Amino acid sequence: MSTDTSFITRSHEENWLPVLQLAVEEVFEIMLGTRVKPVTQPEQTPTGDFTAMIGLAGSLCGILTVRCDTKAAGQIAKKMLGDTATSPEEVSDALGEICNMIAGNFKNKLAGTDERCMLSVPTVICGEEYSLHAMADGNTVETIMLFEETAVAVRLQLQS
Amino acid sequence: MDKIRALIVDDSSVMRKIVERSLRQAGIDLEKVVEAGNGAEALTALHDNPVDLILCDINMPVMDGLEFVRQAATAENSKGVPIVMITTEGSETHVVQALSAGARGYIRKPFTPDQVKEHVLPVLGKKP
Repeated sequence: MSTDTSFITRSHEENWLPVLQLAVEEVFEIMLGTRVKPVTQPEQTPTGDFTAMIGLAGSLCGILTVRCDTKAAGQIAKKMLGDTATSPEEVSDALGEICNMIAGNFKNKLAGTDERCMLSVPTVICGEEYSLHAMADGNTVETIMLFEETAVAVRLQLQS
Repeated sequence: MDKIRALIVDDSSVMRKIVERSLRQAGIDLEKVVEAGNGAEALTALHDNPVDLILCDINMPVMDGLEFVRQAATAENSKGVPIVMITTEGSETHVVQALSAGARGYIRKPFTPDQVKEHVLPVLGKKP
């Protein structure tokens, strides 16, 4: 199998932002039946009522987070489960699984990366009174996506 | 189609529900659905619950899906039962590892109900 490392060594922001956005769009469209689009000039940054995170290790080393407010998290869970009633545990579970699928879909799109990058199981934080300090001190790629008129932030922080 | 007893193995309860819904949408008549949150729980569940089909994630705590498949493929209660992986791990390496361990199908997340139909019906001996 070929390994196109030139893709990795070029500017991360230049190359990876559209890939990350496409990965998010596909997950929302396939699993929720909803189209989301990146916001170029977000009016507001989403509050961190819910933050799902997943670790990456190997050729990509860092953390991917999905952050949104309570309303958006609830809607994501409802859409995934087909509009059935959702418990708080299911809301966290659903957001964690969305984060997992975005991370997997993202790395599957990077030629030569997928084979050598592993994902952790997801973790979800509820509440916004926290500070997140990732040991990934390298490049950060972030996109704000509009999901049913609510902002959802997806951030990839990598070790240099 | 005969009624099917299925074991769904995933650490996400939401994903287990989605997989069950996708099986029903594929036209599979489910007599019973057994759920497990990881490979170890799944092996325990198989002792008391014989099944006709297993759907399994890879990245799970305690025991991952690949180790579960290796053990389930030779265990008395599950030998010969078709196993289909449903996972975010999309690399060729993972596919080869899963199929070598004994899995009969491989579905990448995110997935559509049609993909479930396309990959699950053949392992049950049905046309998709």
